Amino acid sequence: MTISRLLIANRGEIAVRIQRAARELGIKTIQAHSAADADSLAVRMADEAINIGPFQAAKSYLNIEAVLAAARQTGADAIHPGYGFLSENPVFAEAVEAAGLIFVGPKSETIRTMGDKAAARGAAQRAGVPVVPGSEGRVEDRDEARKLAEKIGFPVMIKASAGGGGRGIRVAETAEALGAALDQAAAEAKAAFGDGGLYLEKFIGNARHIEVQVLGDGVSAIHCYERECSLQRRRQKIWEEAPASVLSSDVREALCASAVALASSVSYRGAGTLEYLYDEKSRRFYFIEMNTRIQVEHPVTEMITGIDLVREMICIAGGQPLRYKQCDVRVSGHAIEVRINAEDGAHDFRPSPGKVTALRVPGGMGTRFDTLLYPGYTVSPFYDSLLGKLIVWDTSREMALRRLGRALGELNIEGVITTAPVFERLVEVPEIRAGAFHTRWLEQWLTTTKPQVAVMEQSNP
Amino acid sequence: MSKELLAPLPGVFYRKPAPDKPAYKSEGDMVAVGDVVGLIEVMKSFIEVHADASGKIVRFVVGDEEPIMAGQSLLEIEQA
Repeated sequence: MTISRLLIANRGEIAVRIQRAARELGIKTIQAHSAADADSLAVRMADEAINIGPFQAAKSYLNIEAVLAAARQTGADAIHPGYGFLSENPVFAEAVEAAGLIFVGPKSETIRTMGDKAAARGAAQRAGVPVVPGSEGRVEDRDEARKLAEKIGFPVMIKASAGGGGRGIRVAETAEALGAALDQAAAEAKAAFGDGGLYLEKFIGNARHIEVQVLGDGVSAIHCYERECSLQRRRQKIWEEAPASVLSSDVREALCASAVALASSVSYRGAGTLEYLYDEKSRRFYFIEMNTRIQVEHPVTEMITGIDLVREMICIAGGQPLRYKQCDVRVSGHAIEVRINAEDGAHDFRPSPGKVTALRVPGGMGTRFDTLLYPGYTVSPFYDSLLGKLIVWDTSREMALRRLGRALGELNIEGVITTAPVFERLVEVPEIRAGAFHTRWLEQWLTTTKPQVAVMEQSNP
Repeated sequence: MSKELLAPLPGVFYRKPAPDKPAYKSEGDMVAVGDVVGLIEVMKSFIEVHADASGKIVRFVVGDEEPIMAGQSLLEIEQA
């Protein structure tokens, strides 16, 4: 069954991105939108558009009934959920299947399994994929905790079973420190969650976030190599690269093979990403979770492999077998993406919605800007702050960094404050140039360089 | 003399810290400069709204969970 009319149940730059892929496949695009997005670029570019509800996401982009009604009303035969919103909601995927429509993504049961941390960890272990060593469920007493900690090796992290928000977490460096850390974590967990239950995990300090892109057609699966997304602020990625410069080729092959093993074991269909922590010291990688959708940072993979991931996921959803074999996937050069958000980097990343009064988009060889902006567009306060993604490709990482600096210099957005100046500084930082960072590096850098960012802003009104 | 408190940012105005919590302030309550009177959700961030005058809240112009524009009047404070 091929797709001829695709409903896009998302907004922003990814809606535009999906429309481009669909149009190149000869598919009509129908843009579902909230009342607040009636003037969006995605609505303006689509073949058709349909209002699915008011500005609140819960009443529009997250409203399963409204999305399904829009699909029926417009005669859509498939729905692309993008990322976020309903993209990893198994109830939605199931409802789309039940309505006789194509969900552009995996089967609902795959979303359900991989969306459950314990189930995903179990699936990974059965597929022989390394996971962060730790207790299977709760540790009941100190003796058990000590034995386990000796087995997995110090330092260990103690986490609240009922956890969240970083509370009830302690790191014990040595066996001597373990007892006190257990008591503190239990007390904190009990106070915060009414449940002092704890579990134990190996602590991987200064880890890097590396993820593997996979494509599957439900029968076989391939990988499209890895991305590194270690530069994060409040667990939000803001700078992504492919390939990961820290990996040696033998580790890269093992990592990517493990991702294919897990994707194959669940008969994965569509585009997906397996996230890992990478410990540079031991050169070991540990699976943490799988995202069963297209990701924000997918373009860096597209730039180094030449594979249009969104096109492939639509083709697969339409019933085509994988069009690439593993040996067809080759890496060329290096790509970097930075997220241009409507946030003020000089003032604790305060949101900056408003009207875009002028816009100049960077261009030239190896330069791509996936955006929701057009001149005169009013950036809505109701959704996330992502305005666009600046993606550059070049023959080496060093050249890609230079190209990124050049492209950032061309980018001009007036009327709203953006994160572009933060990246203009970052491209010059020695650690960035050397690729020497980990998942907590960016927050440390932001804390220590705050005054300089403010001074720069003053001298450059 | 009454003074309007204007929204510093566009977004959604909330009168409560969480859906199951009581409102920060009600009509008739006294406030001091700096008191939190509500939240504005803007681009998935929550920003506290502080009173910029002392006195009695005589009226909320905007209801809970209503969309607002920057510079819009949120409430009126009758200054002592």
